[in-house]
Amino acid sequence: MNKKNLVVIQLSGGNDYLNTIVPYESGLYYDYRPNMGLKDDSIIPIDEKIAFNSNMSAFKQNFDNDKLAIMMGIGYPEPNRSHFRSMDIWHTAEPFESSSIGWLGKTVQNLDPENKNPVTAVNFGKGLPRALACPGVSVASVGALESYGLFTGVSGSKNRDVLLDTVDRIYQPMNLDGIPSLRLLETGRGALDGADLLSEAPKEYTSNIEYPEDNPIAQSLKGIAQVASARLGSRIFYAQHGSFDTHTDELKNHSLLWSQLSVAIECFQKDLKLQNLEDDTVIWIFSEFGRRIADNGTGTDHGSGGVAFLLGNSVKGGLYGEYPNLEPSAQLEGDIKYNTDFRQLYSTILEDILDVDSEKILNEKFSKLSLLK
Amino acid sequence: MITSIEKKVLLSHLMRRAGFGSNYNQIEELSHLNYEEAVDQLLNPEFGSLDDQDLLDRYFIASVEARTARHADPQWTWRLAKSHKQLEEKISLFWHGLLAVGGIKLDHGLAMLEEIDLFRKYGLGKFGTLLLKISEDPGMMYWLDNQNSHKDAPNENYGRELLELFSMGIDENGEGAYTEEDVKSAARAFTGWASKPTPPPFFLGPFPMEFNFDESDHDNTEKTFLGKKGNFNGKDIVDMVAMHEATANFICKRLYLYFVSEEINEEEINKLSKVYLNNEGEIKKVLEYLFKSEHFKSQEIRFKKVKSPSDLVFGITRLVDKYEIPNLDSAELAVNTLLMGQFLLNPPSVEGWHEGEEWIDSGSLIERINYASNEISNTGSKGVKNIVDIVIEKNNSNPRYIIENCLEAMGYIEITDNTKKIITEHIEKNKFNSEEDKVLDILKLIVSTPDFQYC
Repeated sequence: MNKKNLVVIQLSGGNDYLNTIVPYESGLYYDYRPNMGLKDDSIIPIDEKIAFNSNMSAFKQNFDNDKLAIMMGIGYPEPNRSHFRSMDIWHTAEPFESSSIGWLGKTVQNLDPENKNPVTAVNFGKGLPRALACPGVSVASVGALESYGLFTGVSGSKNRDVLLDTVDRIYQPMNLDGIPSLRLLETGRGALDGADLLSEAPKEYTSNIEYPEDNPIAQSLKGIAQVASARLGSRIFYAQHGSFDTHTDELKNHSLLWSQLSVAIECFQKDLKLQNLEDDTVIWIFSEFGRRIADNGTGTDHGSGGVAFLLGNSVKGGLYGEYPNLEPSAQLEGDIKYNTDFRQLYSTILEDILDVDSEKILNEKFSKLSLLK
Repeated sequence: MITSIEKKVLLSHLMRRAGFGSNYNQIEELSHLNYEEAVDQLLNPEFGSLDDQDLLDRYFIASVEARTARHADPQWTWRLAKSHKQLEEKISLFWHGLLAVGGIKLDHGLAMLEEIDLFRKYGLGKFGTLLLKISEDPGMMYWLDNQNSHKDAPNENYGRELLELFSMGIDENGEGAYTEEDVKSAARAFTGWASKPTPPPFFLGPFPMEFNFDESDHDNTEKTFLGKKGNFNGKDIVDMVAMHEATANFICKRLYLYFVSEEINEEEINKLSKVYLNNEGEIKKVLEYLFKSEHFKSQEIRFKKVKSPSDLVFGITRLVDKYEIPNLDSAELAVNTLLMGQFLLNPPSVEGWHEGEEWIDSGSLIERINYASNEISNTGSKGVKNIVDIVIEKNNSNPRYIIENCLEAMGYIEITDNTKKIITEHIEKNKFNSEEDKVLDILKLIVSTPDFQYC
């Protein structure tokens, strides 16, 4: 069955690929990274050539259990080294033209064409990523689940209901003369309907997993586990982690971010198992770009090409694509060359995880990767 | 000749855009000036510290020589909520979003506040001066890693963002009027530009930073930049960039988006660019032209711009006239904008915030409605009491007129006919214990509408 739920973890800021999956047998790697190169005690070998960053123990374990697919060189044509343009490309699946419509927003529209379920996609964090933006599509965006709702400060439930009733009538998506915009009215609609559903989710949730309080990505994943366990028909969950923009102090910051994520993933997977959701959930981790091959002394600058991960019981674990060649002749302006188009991954996610016709979303057919069991 | 009401309506529009809005009494007072005079007054704030700065420092001790952005926030939010020089704060917020430095990485509240002060001081002056000042700003240097940009290993971060996000800009395809080579040259020109700490005034306080140019770490060789060759220093780059046509267009476009409309109007932006280029990039001149233009004054642009979280929070705070003196509640003002997606003194990235419609997602809309409806129905606030009094005094029992009176008492705002109709039905359908309760329900509903999200 290829109807699973997708959990997106966006590594914002440009994750340094070469210090995530480390080519520890390559002399070139250490030549290019006299300061930022990770040595023996900072890596966990995968095979005789490459290794995980030592802060990724949960990833190593998943890899050994055949649940982690690593896409070694994912990117898009004509790389752009601006965070914003590059992230937009990933968000809109449009490498050549600028668009404000997110590929997952479009997917939500496809999963729920009549916009019946305002929690088909749930974003955790402040502000909706462009990936989920699509006119006419409501996506719930949640800071804290417990306090989610309207007029929560109004005393008396009758008084509150009367106000809610009128507000409900005002937020009808009819576009009279453009203002208030249809988008705003629909956002309001989704907010009102989604709030009712989501505020109930934590009440039903029980778990003995302790997600660390001071780990933001762990807290986001906890929220996702809560909503997923309520089984409200949510198919896409979105969370962000960062900032990976490690121009300076990379060794410290990059390690911290990966150890936070590793702990968070460990908690989340245990929780999914407890909630009986582990077979139905796939985690996808990506970043807008990798970083330059050569370090700049204390960090690395914006580069192109990168690594993505797919994680879950239904994932066929292993290494996909070839690890990029660091030879000067194989480089692209000081960066690694990508070997897998990100839209191949998208079409795989769409068809084999979400059960959506990928051509409808990507406007083109891309050959899928065989990533699912 | 416009009527007195039309003038007040126009002034209220000006104050919502050039500031965070004025309440009924403030507009009454302002209407002694004509519109042009009101614009001139906004454009010529006298730079200086607040009258109640001492009071503020005593109440918010942790914000003095603040360690982090969160500690520093009350210093700024108090001004956003109270300063009479509204444009000074509004333009500072504009530059804070455009020449964005993120407080979390910088982790230096004092430096962030100094930066906002820099925007107050130079934000309405020549853009070239501002760009040079921000290029020398220790917070900016650290944020974009220029302290790690060395003669033999230039760090491209500042050079790239200076061109892409601070001046010349890129188009929707990621292309700019400059090349990768120009980025590298700019980075080389800024090598040696860094900061140094000075002794802290307080035990365990942050070290105030100051600009430091290290000649020995500066790339003192020929560079090619925008087609010119020379041994350029950072200042040369700023000079070349500031008066470039692409910069005029980029800055004027951003001003237009911020003050006028999210719908790009190339013709109006071109007019602004001309004013910019003819006046050595003086922002005050551009804004004077803008605010006095028929386009800005026209009905077609009113109530069509989505309020930023700051517009909403400080607009409400000013409307309800909540704070006489600083208190714990006012220290937390920044939390409200944060929950709506705007963490003051900590923009999410060097790109600042995505403004306009993107401010509003379902989560932030819920925060907006909850915040605004709580504040507007808190009769402990002077401004709320005032609105209720004005409406009740008019002693009208027709629901439609009561709504009109509320809108006027809230500082001449507008909502659509459809929304008015639904609120009218709400009044007709429900029973209220008192006239005051009825008015408060209307106020709560007005601020909860989609209409109220626009200014």
